Amino acid sequence: MTLLTLWLLSVLIFAGGHILPGNVGRAMLGPFADPTAVEVLNHQMGTDRPVLVQYADWIAGFVTGDMGESYAYRSPVAPFLITALLNSAKLAAVAFVLVVPLGILGGVVAALHRGKAADRVLSVVGLSATVVPEFVSGIVLILIFGVWLDWFPISATWRDGAGPFTQLYHLILPSIPLVLILFGYIARMARAGMIEALDADYTRTAVLKGLSYRQVIWRHVLRNALLPTISVVATQIVYLIGGLVVIEILFRYQGIGSLIYTAAKKKDFPMLQAGVMAIGGLFALTTLLADLLYARLNPRIRFGGRE
Amino acid sequence: MTDPGTEESAHDYTWRNDLRRLFRSVTFDIGAVIVLFWVGCAIFGPSLVPHDPFADDLLNSLMPPSSDHWFGTDQLGRDVFSRVIVGARDILTVAPIATVLSTILGTALGLTMGYFGGLVDEALSRLVDAVLALPTVIVALLALTALGTSTVTVLVVIAFSFAPIIARTVRSAVLTEVRLDYIAAAELRRESTLYILFVEILPNVLPPILVETTVRLGYAIFTVATLSFIGFGIQPPSPDWGLSISANYGMISGGFWWTVLFDSLAIASLVVGINLVADGIESTLND
Amino acid sequence: MTDALTFENLGVAYRVKGQLCQVLGGVSLTIAKGEAYGLVGESGCGKSTAAFAALRYLPRNGVVNKGRILIDGQDIGQLSPPDLRKLRQFSVSMVYQDPGRSLNPTLPVGVQVAEVFELAGVPRAEWVARVQDILAKVQISDPHLVMQRYPHQLSGGMQQRVAIAMAIASNPTLLVLDEPTTGLDGTVEAEVLDLIQHLRHELSTAIMFISHNLAVIARMCDRVGVLYAGRLVEEARTEQIFASPRHPYTAGLLRCLPQAGRSKDKAILATIPGFLPGLGTKIVGCVFAPRCALADGICISQEPEFLRSEGRASKCHYANRVAKMPNKAAAPVVAAANQSSVSILEVSALAKSFGKASHRQRVLRDVGLQLRVGETLGLVGESGSGKTTLARCILGLLQPDEGSQIRFDGQSLAGTTRRRTRDQVKSIQIVFQNPDSALNRAHSIYRMLSRTIGLLAGLRGPARDARVKSLAASVHLTERHLSAVPRQLSGGLKQRVAIARAFASDPNVLICDEPTSALDVSVQAAILNLLAELQATKQVSYILISHDLGVVRYLSDRIAVMYLGQLLEIGPAEAVFSGPHHPYTAALLSSAPNLTGASAARVKLTGTLPSTANLPAGCVFHTRCPQVISGLCDKITPPAAAVSPDHILACHLGPHQLPRTGGQ
Repeated sequence: MTLLTLWLLSVLIFAGGHILPGNVGRAMLGPFADPTAVEVLNHQMGTDRPVLVQYADWIAGFVTGDMGESYAYRSPVAPFLITALLNSAKLAAVAFVLVVPLGILGGVVAALHRGKAADRVLSVVGLSATVVPEFVSGIVLILIFGVWLDWFPISATWRDGAGPFTQLYHLILPSIPLVLILFGYIARMARAGMIEALDADYTRTAVLKGLSYRQVIWRHVLRNALLPTISVVATQIVYLIGGLVVIEILFRYQGIGSLIYTAAKKKDFPMLQAGVMAIGGLFALTTLLADLLYARLNPRIRFGGRE
Repeated sequence: MTDPGTEESAHDYTWRNDLRRLFRSVTFDIGAVIVLFWVGCAIFGPSLVPHDPFADDLLNSLMPPSSDHWFGTDQLGRDVFSRVIVGARDILTVAPIATVLSTILGTALGLTMGYFGGLVDEALSRLVDAVLALPTVIVALLALTALGTSTVTVLVVIAFSFAPIIARTVRSAVLTEVRLDYIAAAELRRESTLYILFVEILPNVLPPILVETTVRLGYAIFTVATLSFIGFGIQPPSPDWGLSISANYGMISGGFWWTVLFDSLAIASLVVGINLVADGIESTLND
Repeated sequence: MTDALTFENLGVAYRVKGQLCQVLGGVSLTIAKGEAYGLVGESGCGKSTAAFAALRYLPRNGVVNKGRILIDGQDIGQLSPPDLRKLRQFSVSMVYQDPGRSLNPTLPVGVQVAEVFELAGVPRAEWVARVQDILAKVQISDPHLVMQRYPHQLSGGMQQRVAIAMAIASNPTLLVLDEPTTGLDGTVEAEVLDLIQHLRHELSTAIMFISHNLAVIARMCDRVGVLYAGRLVEEARTEQIFASPRHPYTAGLLRCLPQAGRSKDKAILATIPGFLPGLGTKIVGCVFAPRCALADGICISQEPEFLRSEGRASKCHYANRVAKMPNKAAAPVVAAANQSSVSILEVSALAKSFGKASHRQRVLRDVGLQLRVGETLGLVGESGSGKTTLARCILGLLQPDEGSQIRFDGQSLAGTTRRRTRDQVKSIQIVFQNPDSALNRAHSIYRMLSRTIGLLAGLRGPARDARVKSLAASVHLTERHLSAVPRQLSGGLKQRVAIARAFASDPNVLICDEPTSALDVSVQAAILNLLAELQATKQVSYILISHDLGVVRYLSDRIAVMYLGQLLEIGPAEAVFSGPHHPYTAALLSSAPNLTGASAARVKLTGTLPSTANLPAGCVFHTRCPQVISGLCDKITPPAAAVSPDHILACHLGPHQLPRTGGQ
């Protein structure tokens, strides 16, 4: 299934890059360039071949690791891509490590105090934080913590050879907008899961057995509540990556987001396509892992039906 | 004495009652006020602002907030306050239209997927999955690079990116409905498929569509602002907020905070406002 | 010796939108140690509230605003939280209606049962042994295997056994059972009830048994209390209360029941006119007065006392007049002599399978039957029998497998409604089980009816409008109802709308799929009467699907018995009910509890229901048959044998070996 989706994605991405009528060589050399030069360039880059052939070539190359040559840098795409992915991974990891426990905690607390002040406040705060664009919260944070208070560096790029703690120091401020975006959604899912579990018949059974409040929550409610949250957290990767583009631009960080942005600005299609495809693949991978994890943890799936 | 089974229940449900409960929701009220304020700015702003948002005044560039320029001036000496007020216009034109378009597309898609099921659903779901694997911003980047950036293309790209998201919500609502017997009853009347989709099913899935549309509107604004910020959205010389921020944020380390803060707060307040409205609608419908 | 449970003038209310709605009003009852007390009543009477109140478990907006509850002499309203937990751990246990949802899906059942021992302070090392013991006690074979399973891996009957094990593990003083077998198949229900009785005698636990099913209560309980609108209106020993009720409501309930000896040809069912008072309405005088045949001025103004005498009690001013209450059931019925032996619908070699080749589920296999003009064919069978699938194939909602034949009025029917002619589609219609699902919430009643009439009967304009009104009148709906949406109507009303819609096209064949299962007893009677009346006036044939044998018996002329997708028996109703009949039919009939309490020898089935993906060879029933002939039944499909010209069954046993249940 995932393979099919990925394949469709590749078609879409490739198509997206090649809808434009007119040719790549012309676009790169400009409208006044010599037609022969354009032809030569097109032939060099292989962009004068039929679209389907180009697509087949691209796919074959992608799968084997050869992602073509960047139009802008005239050198293979792959190394850029990998460095960028690694950098983004670090940023994403920091954000994730912060937001997942916070979000789940927030949702659980909100559900346990359902209807009361804590619940409303958490819900509204979570909601508001989620919908504010990353660059907005990023700028406000830069203003407050970077410029006025000067607690954190406003550029996320560190000097070569910087140790892990320095790297972390640089990554904290840019990760906060990402945390804000995801917090609301994760908290809401956790809250919904908790409420459903709290209202369930099996929770009633547990209470009426005489178990203490803590025992009921720990043994019966939480397991059932957090199970659906797991699969949801995986899909949040999509929002995380979307935010990376803006955050990396704002904080001047060489990650996959700024890579794609630069490629788009320069109309560097190989780079752009490779980058987007990489993200799609990443998403597919994460979803797959999340599904596997969920299947392992949910007894209904793990152990099938009736005997 | 009446025959048993001819009694009525005490509820008297009208949509008027629903509206009344909606207006009583605090979140809805606050959100609505904010949104209406900005809509007002978009419509009446240009005629009410103290300065011309497009007028350069290089002698007075980068002046901090004062009694003359409440929000200060930007690089070109333009009054930030006026630009913030008028900046509501573009974003409140593009985003709602894109949202409405995506709702129409998404609903049609979701209805088809949910009702027909089988191969149709499978195939379309794969397509939906593929689009949803990518963040909207990135899809937009790809599409706009290929198509060229203009307000119209931004609108269309957002509409097509959001349609699958709405389709997914509609589809799951439709799946719940399709299991109910009134659908079978309609088939037993030999109703046409179009009738079943739009007259039988649609009215029952409107509530989640409504909530989803409002939420999508918030995200549309989010996306337009973000795209404008990175230069792939609304084009200059519009006083659009995202655009203004992108032009001015490089200077904040120099202390010129007013050139970006007010635009940022404007964006934040509008999106929060819309989502409070969505929250209010959702809790009213779930009662 | 203190009593297990005492309600002392108990009043429970819910706070709804600022108002206090009284759900239980002044209920006083006592359950002695070891006694089985049945609390019976229709929906909304407050029986579940009473059950949960005994465990001091009311929702957030619930409050005990009058009287008190004593368990083993202790006022549970005064208990501190730790003591309340102790109460729930040791003194009171509960078994719930839906065992699948009452068990934690993410923990193995053994772990959940062990929690009870953990709370009782049993050392951890002994838990496994104790759990196995208690599971064996509820007659689960292989307890060591079952305890490792998750709830979804167990059948409904198994799940309830586990729930019961959990409840009795602490040896409580009082065991509360809230509709424990509602939703279980007939034979499974019988087994679980057997188990409960057996345990009762072994453990001397007091039991409070809550149910809307009078027959189940009759079977299980020593004493019975009848609840109406939150008031206890009558209480007596089981034999007394059902043989000679002393409250008009109890009498009315009993007369509504389509029980033995009653059928549509003989008399219509009595009904209880009027409706339940809405939640929170102020009651002046007797709560039942508006609906009571014996009510007079005193009843309307003065609330009757709950008077006890001779070991029974009744909350009625005229308890002694109940025996002679006028009986509407005596009214003559519309003549129903419209049947003929001409078949209108013929099904042969009907098969339906689902799924891919490797895991094919054969839900229906080689089903053949005939439906005659003007008759009611009752279709009985438990879950997995394929009755709903059969109905859907006949209707054209499901495409049957190749080789299946459905003929209406001599013409072959296409597999789906889209390929059938309009006349064919309008001739076969259905009344669904659940009116909430069958009526579109967004449409008005008028619209539903007029649309059906327009499309199927081809009427337009004033003619159509007139037909809508006459249709509504035929199911006793008023014009006021026509402009309503389903949300505004009660269950009984909605089902009438569904019936009206089904008759809109003047069908020849009407499938009634559990038409009254979602309704209260008193409402059910009215709907059954309506169905009988419509059949008599319109010469329509019914295929009646129901798990309630009383309902089937009341309305059916012939009965077909299905098991795992095959027709095991078909014949005249009385013949099928009394025998000689198929061993499965015998088991089904003997498992149904009835009011007289006298149960014929229970025919117990062995084993569990096989899956439709893995059907047994030979006779499909042989794996569970008490009269199986090994070597024959497991190899050769039984032929269709005729016990009498119109009564056919598929069994290897000869007519003299077939069981008989006798007229009950």
